[in-house]
Parts: sequence; structure tokens; C-alpha cells
Amino acid sequence: MSARDEVLARVRRAKGPREVAPVPREYRAAGTRGPGDLELFAERLRDYRARVRVVAVDEVADAVAAALRDRGARHVVTASGVPPEWTATWAAAGTVPPSAPPSAPPSAEQAGSGEPVELSDPVSRIESRVPLGGDAREALREIVAAADAVVTACHVAVAETGTIVLDHDAADQGPRALTLVPDYHLVVVRAEQVVAGVPDAVAALDGVRTQTWISGPSATSDIELERVEGVHGPRTLEVVIVR
Amino acid sequence: MTTFLGMPAGGGNLTGEPFPKAAREALGNAQLRRNLAKATGTIRAKRANVVGELPDWAQLRAAGAAIKDEVLANLDEHLVRFEEALTSRGTHVHWARDAGEANRIVADLVRATGTREVIKVKSMATVEIGLNEALAGIGVHAVETDLAELIVQLGKDKSSHILVPAIHRNRSEIRDVFRREMPGVDPDLTDDPRALAEAARRHLRHKFMTVDVAISGANFGVAETGSLVVVESEGNGRMCLTLPRTLISVVGIEKLVPRWQDLEVFLQLLPRSSTGERMNPYTSVWTGPTEGQTSHVVLVDNGRTATLADPDGRAALRCIRCSACLNSCPVYERTGGHAYGSTYPGPIGAVLSPQLTGVDRNPTLPFASSLCGVCYDVCPVAIDIPAMLVHLRGRVASAKGTTPESTAMRALAWAMADARRWRRLVRLGRFGRLASRHVPLPGWSTARDLPQPPKETFRDWWESSR
Repeated sequence: MSARDEVLARVRRAKGPREVAPVPREYRAAGTRGPGDLELFAERLRDYRARVRVVAVDEVADAVAAALRDRGARHVVTASGVPPEWTATWAAAGTVPPSAPPSAPPSAEQAGSGEPVELSDPVSRIESRVPLGGDAREALREIVAAADAVVTACHVAVAETGTIVLDHDAADQGPRALTLVPDYHLVVVRAEQVVAGVPDAVAALDGVRTQTWISGPSATSDIELERVEGVHGPRTLEVVIVR
Repeated sequence: MTTFLGMPAGGGNLTGEPFPKAAREALGNAQLRRNLAKATGTIRAKRANVVGELPDWAQLRAAGAAIKDEVLANLDEHLVRFEEALTSRGTHVHWARDAGEANRIVADLVRATGTREVIKVKSMATVEIGLNEALAGIGVHAVETDLAELIVQLGKDKSSHILVPAIHRNRSEIRDVFRREMPGVDPDLTDDPRALAEAARRHLRHKFMTVDVAISGANFGVAETGSLVVVESEGNGRMCLTLPRTLISVVGIEKLVPRWQDLEVFLQLLPRSSTGERMNPYTSVWTGPTEGQTSHVVLVDNGRTATLADPDGRAALRCIRCSACLNSCPVYERTGGHAYGSTYPGPIGAVLSPQLTGVDRNPTLPFASSLCGVCYDVCPVAIDIPAMLVHLRGRVASAKGTTPESTAMRALAWAMADARRWRRLVRLGRFGRLASRHVPLPGWSTARDLPQPPKETFRDWWESSR
């Protein structure tokens, strides 16, 4: 008997009656709590030590430019579906003046094999669907390793938990490595994307999307259970909330 | 065999020294007790705080328990559906009866890639089956990338906690391990947790960018979609799941939930119960191979069907490995995790480990508890651990057959079955006043005084003073 058949046969012998009571879902369900509270969302994000800017619709480009300037970013990667105007103001102003010190350590630590590639354009736009096969993956790795900031949109966000969900199949959120390797992640969240609770976010997704749920910057509690921000993921998360 | 219905038991890292012996050694370590009291005290307060924030915690807990029971009641069907969903998207599904078979499957897959090194996401299932040791046997080095697992690995230590394997180490002990064992580390590394995390980041960055095979577990598998979910904090999980070309996920067969919607319950229960956060920093969900990867899933039994076979013990398979019961347990807080001798320590380990291995191979763990019940109160899927401990003690006792204790209990039952017989015997008990001074009861009287029977029985006193 194959391992599969044997394990399944064991399960059939072991388990009790098939009839089960329906799952009681008396908790606060999706769609019962109205839209997400933007102030609560911002407060939760700050609690995780994410940086938050709340702006009007016509201020997004300025807010992104200000954030990238404050960060001292030199090369920004973004998803192909991100509106070009979000980063246009920053790109037009030129990258960091030579006198400004970079706020992040040099990206040499991020280099994999050999020297980091030099990015000629200040903004690189990355396609979501990385084709099967080696070269495209390698190119993606090199670009994200050389960039010092990434700008994306999101799919949905949860006010109660300060969570931002990226749908990596969407053109404005990019493949997974895009938002993982650079040390600084800037996310633009539109007001209507903010929902009240976790069930609302689960309802807004479906299980076949490749997703990352992000709640604050990378953190660990492994040393004496004290929270330390910044291990392997982006050490700085900045959120522009469009009210 | 003492597993139920003769169901084959699990192997791997699930047994150790008898608990009383190991606990005695651990209790002699004052540093360990200080480290544990500090860490578990911190996490208990955080958990209570964020659980108290949710007005519907009790309802979420009831739903969590019911969803897991639903999975267990029709586990065969959910497994088949899960397998179909995975295969239809191009994931290769493998099945393993036990630890040895799971290790062989993973070793063969790794060998086929030609790599000498794999990176690992923190996974209890792979610790349970002893995968790192098995890979070392074929000359492949498994690099643990979770900070606490890395501390344990570099220190040639053992995990002592489900969530924070290095909970028994304080910051200066961790600094010493890093200074001694981490290649290229700053010799002046301080014990500031920030500096230690930064050292780990530098150490692992190169591995993430160059190693092409990753091994993960999964917190949940969604039967209807074939989605896998990994819940983590540091981003090491995302690194391992995203960058390598080959991803092998080792998943216990009880990890399923029926529907995508069910995650709305568990993504609230798990982070608040485990790290005491409203949400963990990163949760990855993927369905089938993503971004050009080759993806394998290894479904592991290793004693889970033996656990499923016991109607009074199967609820232990609801466990979502949050570790709230460890952090709350007065016994765990004093002995630490190593005393349990199993990958799964603490209250849940005391009920899960003996069921996975059969109680004959773990006969002391069901007694590693004061039955205070706090583990049940904090369990996000309402596993009645105290009741299960009592049940398993019964299984241990019946497996032992006739002992002096069981004979004494049978004699007592006979004596108490008849009022007059009982009365006569209780009167005789007065002669025990002599015996109690002179007859030692080894094992019992070394730490206690044998109570003296009274001069007069209650019944006699009642009749004479009425």
C-alpha cells in the first residue's frame, strides 16, 4: 500500500462520527462593522513604529517625494501598475543631493553574489508576473538588492490590527521579493481600502491570490520576549494614507 | 502497544528522560528559572492585554474549536481535497507515514537539487521528525533562519519552547553564543537585543540571497484552495518562501482548515495568543508554485492518526502551536521546556507527545501538571488539557496492569462498598497509629509525614456525643 493510501486508511479507521455541529460564527463577522476607522488604523500603525502620513488625494505625489527625500533614497523600485505620478515628483527633483548622507547603511550588505548592480534610472518598475525560468528571477533579485526603497499600493488594510495586505498578483503591488529585499517600504493606502476587522479583509481576498499580510516593520521577540524592530524584512515601513 | 486501535506510533524527537528526573535537574538551575519567569511574565501580560481588547474573544474561541473539530471529523476528505487543489496548481504532494519516511522524502528532494545547504523557516514539524539531523546524514547543512532557532542551532542547544525556542537563554548568554559560533561576528558585540538582531541579519543576508532550496512548515493549509499559510515576525519566512527556486513544505496532516473563510478566525486567535500582538508582522499565503518556483508539500502522519483514534484525546490535534499554555503554566515556568524531553513541551506537550508516541514511551508526561486548569482557560481552541491529562493518566495506569497501588485501590473499593464492613475496617484503622510511626512508605514518606489516624472514628464520636 502506498503511504498515501495507508495514511488515509488510518484516518478512516481512527476518526469518530462524520456528523459535526455547524461552526458557530457568533463573532463580529465581515460586513457588520462598517468601514475602517482611519484614525484607529493610523494609531495601530504607529504602535508598530511604522511612520504614517495622512494626506488628501492631490497630495500623494508630494507626500511620496517628501518621504523618499527624508529617507535619502537614491534608487527606488516600484510595481509596474503603480501610477507613475506617485514617484514622478521625487524623480523630477533629482535623486539625493551629494551632500545629503544616506539614512540607510550602504546596500553592499544586501549584495548576493559579487558586486551590486548599478541602477541607472532613479525608478525601476517591476512586472508582477515573473516568468518561469532562471534569468528573470536573477534580474529581479539584482534590481531589488540594489534598490534602497520600494513604493507600492495595497489590496486591503485592517484598522483594528494595523495590517496592510499585498496581493502579489496585482500589477500595483508587485512580486513578493519586491517588497521584501529593500530596507524601506512605502505603501500608499486609499481610505476606501481600509476595513474594520480581520473578517472584512479575508472576505476581500480569496485564497488563491499570493498574499503578504504586513503589520508594521520586521520584528522579533526572540530575546527575552522583548520586541525589537528590524530583522530581515524592511526595517522601516512608511504608510501614506489617502483620506 | 498502547496507541489506540493499534494505530502506529510516531517517532522522532518526542521522548526524553523521565519528567521527574529531568525536572529535578532543571529546578537546580537558578539562572534558567530567572530567565523563564521574566520571559513568561512579559508574554502573559501582553497576551492578556490584547485578548481583553476583543469583545468577541469567547465566540472566536468557540468557532476555532468547532472548525478544527470539523476538520478532524472528516480529515480523510479534507486531505484528499487539499491534495487535489495542490496538484491541480502544480505542487508535488508527498505522503509520509512517520518521521523516518518524511525525512527520506525530503532528503531525496534535496539531493536531487544538488545543493549542499538549505535555508529553513521555523517549523515544529521538522524539529519533531529530526529533519536537520537526517539532512546532515546526507551531507546537507540546514541553516535555521528564525532568530531563536539560530541561537539554538549555533549554541548546539535544544529548543525549549514552541514559539521562542531559545526562551531559556538571556541576552548575555545569546551574545556569548554569537561571539563564539557566528562566523565573522564583531568580537565586541554587545548584549543589546538590537545589536544581536542586527548580527543575525548580517549573518543570514548572504544565505537568503544565495541558497536555492528552502524548507518550511505551515501554520495552516486551506483544503478548498490548496493555500498554505506561514505566520511569522522577522521576515526570514518571507525570505525563504520567496527567493529560493525550490520550496519544500513539511505539513502535519492536522494543519488543515476547510475553507478560506476560516482564516478570519485563526488570524485573530493565533497572533494574540502567541506573541501577544494584535497581528504578527508578516503572514504569507501562497497557492501552488509562485514566481517560477518548484514547490513540494510533504504531508506527515507520525502518530497523528493514533491521536485521532482516541475520542478523549483527539482534541489535542486542534492545537495551533500558539504556546499560550506554556507561557501560563506554573510547572513549565519552573522546569522549562527541556525537562519534557519532547519537541512539544508544556501542557500541550504533556498531552500531545504521549499520544503521538503511545503512552508507553512517554509515561511520565501526563503527570507533569498540577491540573490547575489555566492552560485550558488560555487555549484559543479550547483544548481541555486538564481533563485530557487525567484521561491519559488513566491510560498509563491501565497499561501498567496490576501494581501495589491498583491492588490497594481495588481493596479500598471493596471495603467502601458495604457500610458495616467499612465501619469495622475504619475502627481497625486506629491500630495504624502504631504503624505510622514505624512503617516507612518509600517514595511517599521521604518528603511527607504520614498522617496519624485519630484515636476515635468520626462515627463513634458522633454516636457518643449526640
